[in-house]
Amino acid sequence: MIKFFLMVNKQGQTRLSRYYEHVEINKRTMLEAEVIKNCLSRSKDQCSFIEYKDFKLVYRQYAALFVVVGINETENEMAVYELIHNFVEVLDKYFSRVIMFNLDRVHIILDEMVLNGCIVETNRTRILAPLFVLDKVAES
Amino acid sequence: MPAPIRLRELIRTIRTARTQAEEREMIQKECAAIRSSFREEDNTYRCRNVAKLLYMHMLGYPAHFGQLECLKLIASQKFTDKRIGYLGAMLLLDERQDVHLLMTNCIKNDLNHSTQYVQGLALCTLGCMGSSEMCRDLAGEVEKLLKTSNSYLRKKAALCAVHVIRKVPELMEMFLPATKNLLNEKNHGVLHTSVVLLTEMCERSPDMLAHFRKVSLVPQLVRILKNLIMSGYSPEHDVSGISDPFLQVRILRLLRILGRNDDDSSEAMNDILAQVATNTETSKNVGNAILYETVLTIMDIKSESGLRVLAINILGRFLLNNDKNIRYVALTSLLKTVQTDHNAVQRHRSTIVDCLKDLDVSIKRRAMELSFALVNGNNVRGMMKELLYFLDSCEPEFKADCASGIFLAAEKYAPSKRWHIDTIMRVLTTAGSYVRDDAVPNLIQLITNSVEMHAYTVQRLYKAILGDYSQQPLVQVASWCIGEYGDLLVSGQCEEEEPIQVTEDEVLDILESVLISNMSASVTRGYALTAIMKLSTRFTCTVNRIKKVVSIYGSSIDVELQQRAVEYNALFKKYDHMRPALLERMPVMEKVTTNGPTEIVQTNGEAEPAVLETKPPPSGLQPASQANDLLDLLGESDITPVISTAPTSKPASAGGELLDLLGDLNLTGSPVSAPVPQIAQPPFLLDGLSSQPLFNDIAAGIPSITAYNKNGLKIDFTFERSNTNPSVTVITIQASNSTELDMTDFVFQAAVPKTFQLQLLSPSSSVIPAFNSGNITQVIKVLNPQKQQLRMRIKLTYNHKGSAMQDLAEVNNFPPQSWQ
Repeated sequence: MIKFFLMVNKQGQTRLSRYYEHVEINKRTMLEAEVIKNCLSRSKDQCSFIEYKDFKLVYRQYAALFVVVGINETENEMAVYELIHNFVEVLDKYFSRVIMFNLDRVHIILDEMVLNGCIVETNRTRILAPLFVLDKVAES
Repeated sequence: MPAPIRLRELIRTIRTARTQAEEREMIQKECAAIRSSFREEDNTYRCRNVAKLLYMHMLGYPAHFGQLECLKLIASQKFTDKRIGYLGAMLLLDERQDVHLLMTNCIKNDLNHSTQYVQGLALCTLGCMGSSEMCRDLAGEVEKLLKTSNSYLRKKAALCAVHVIRKVPELMEMFLPATKNLLNEKNHGVLHTSVVLLTEMCERSPDMLAHFRKVSLVPQLVRILKNLIMSGYSPEHDVSGISDPFLQVRILRLLRILGRNDDDSSEAMNDILAQVATNTETSKNVGNAILYETVLTIMDIKSESGLRVLAINILGRFLLNNDKNIRYVALTSLLKTVQTDHNAVQRHRSTIVDCLKDLDVSIKRRAMELSFALVNGNNVRGMMKELLYFLDSCEPEFKADCASGIFLAAEKYAPSKRWHIDTIMRVLTTAGSYVRDDAVPNLIQLITNSVEMHAYTVQRLYKAILGDYSQQPLVQVASWCIGEYGDLLVSGQCEEEEPIQVTEDEVLDILESVLISNMSASVTRGYALTAIMKLSTRFTCTVNRIKKVVSIYGSSIDVELQQRAVEYNALFKKYDHMRPALLERMPVMEKVTTNGPTEIVQTNGEAEPAVLETKPPPSGLQPASQANDLLDLLGESDITPVISTAPTSKPASAGGELLDLLGDLNLTGSPVSAPVPQIAQPPFLLDGLSSQPLFNDIAAGIPSITAYNKNGLKIDFTFERSNTNPSVTVITIQASNSTELDMTDFVFQAAVPKTFQLQLLSPSSSVIPAFNSGNITQVIKVLNPQKQQLRMRIKLTYNHKGSAMQDLAEVNNFPPQSWQ
């Protein structure tokens, strides 16, 4: 089960955070800071899975942005690694570049892909269909 | 009031803030604007405001005042409002807030909405944060949607059902009929979520699991998986050339659960697993992800051995891969399988040991755990060398675990005592400060038991702390040993190594510096002081110096040290005659169970080393008193004292009881030359055996004898000897009472000549009922390596007819078969 989904930049600023298990708000900032510290301290040739407290972190770096997913032992780490890439590809398709000015849309995309910690849909077109509908309704 | 700014402008503005304070200011201003807008019940811009609020919440600022606004948005008819409202509900609300119950009605209506996207929203929200009440109310709706033909809704309904089942497990049966057709879908999203739903049901309820096995779910899954592998390129689900790997992984996991402990299901999936294992492309991460899941499944179900070998080979290939992720994953899986397929994993041992030198922390940790699992009697020397080298160079967070692991492995597989002690010394010197506290008593016990290594051990320990006495566990062990075996140190006898020349003063120097040093913990100082005290009997020329040191610490600020010093001072002054007896060598300690670093060591009637720290006098008192008593009893100078297990009393009081029972003897002073001769025997062969002296191969029946028969008390001895271990005789005594009154508080004690070793186990009880209606049994084990004639002196004490009785007797009528 996926515990949380974070996108954090190199300076430690959270660009996106989604928790599938309740975490107190003050604990969240601490968690995010620690997680990014762990990820930043690793070099290129170290593996992308870190054991952190009682769950695992799977992270992937895209330019200045880190996508970090916290999972528990039941998940296949490498599948989650692929999921991250899938997510970034979807974002890429929708926004012309991955820019975080439309946070609500990003949340909606994430909702279409992951529900309550489980993967729902991985096909790009099907994920983005409701979004295009939303955009059409918003324009009119 | 001007229109509130859009979310994107807010984000842009906040990004320009250069300091935390500036950001906080901007946010507060915006919050105020939003709050006043909410108060005005502004419908047009509510959506925008809530979106901004969500962003600020993500940055860590409180946003609870937006919760009700989210509800208002959900109730609105516009899709954009609903969208943001539900998102806000998922992010800001959870079942701890009472407000969330207000959503139930809205969600119910939306689940029946005409637009599928609205229905999807409702499902998504319910599936993320529905409380148990909400789930109970709305489970029916979810179930209806699970049967719909709209795939967009079906997939969401399936995951919502998972959430409902998690919250309200009793509703699981409700979803059962809907699952029948789930796997017939073509849509992969539905397939994926259906598999998740089935997995959840199978994991939660064994009945469900049995049901699914019966309805031949496995063939269905196998068919789907086959289609995925065999079908050519499908652009919809392709990831790097593999068709929908996420679905494949999920199906493999469900197969794992279905096949666990079930032969039929396992057989049905053997083929497909072999196919996936051989056909999947391994050049990309995707393929490896699938192979990883396959391997886990193969190891978990009852697969045939060929398949298992295939799986381990795949893991072996992973280990050699350049990609770190794959190596990590391989090590993790090998750790899971090492218990069941030990030999197969052993083949990859050298690769695993190489991984110890990897740069990556996660890989190193896995490799370390796996290495410990792979150590066995054959490879212990080589593995230990590698592990010790690893201990030297690893990160501090590993050192404690590594040290404990090394101790455990060394204990189980040590090829020789010297090697064991060397290894321990090496660990203490390299990672001395990371060793766990309970390792110290274990080590002390180990050192005591390896009698022939005492000189060598104390010499090495002395050399180790000469240079550096900052590592506490090392210093503690070293002080203890120097205290015990200091005489061996200065006398310069050591067979194993070149003996060093040490004078008594040098030894005292080092112990005193430990006492004075700021680096020493209070516990360590206690060890050092006791050690100095013990040396007062072992050393000859420096007694005055010791007296001086001890008296200085009589006024130490540390209460523990002060107490010890005062007591030792008293020993010097008033009880000088008892001092040698009290401070003599610790006898060999017995182990009751095989121990790991965390288990407590039982010692037979003596205080454990831990107790030694706090109360030095009683521990020394017991063996001395027992020795004195029985020596007086038996009047011979070549009798060894018997260490008997008192039935239920604690160690500290056992000595007391004996003192009471034998109170008529003169305890102070020791008529026989003190100290009691060193017990330089090999550790008792039967240590660690259970108290039931049953041998699988008992020698032909040895006649039993009546050892004692007086005053209505009869004691019979029955014998057992093993063919494989003929120097051990196990005697079972049976005490019976033919008088008309019970005998209570019965205690049986025995002593044997020096060439024998005796061990008394606990008696069955201490009351012998009258009229031979019952008896007490007790087991004695006698070690007779030189096959001399067995002789025994016994002492019996009991209460009978209101008075205390005691008697001594000698048993000489042992049958020849019991000792020849």
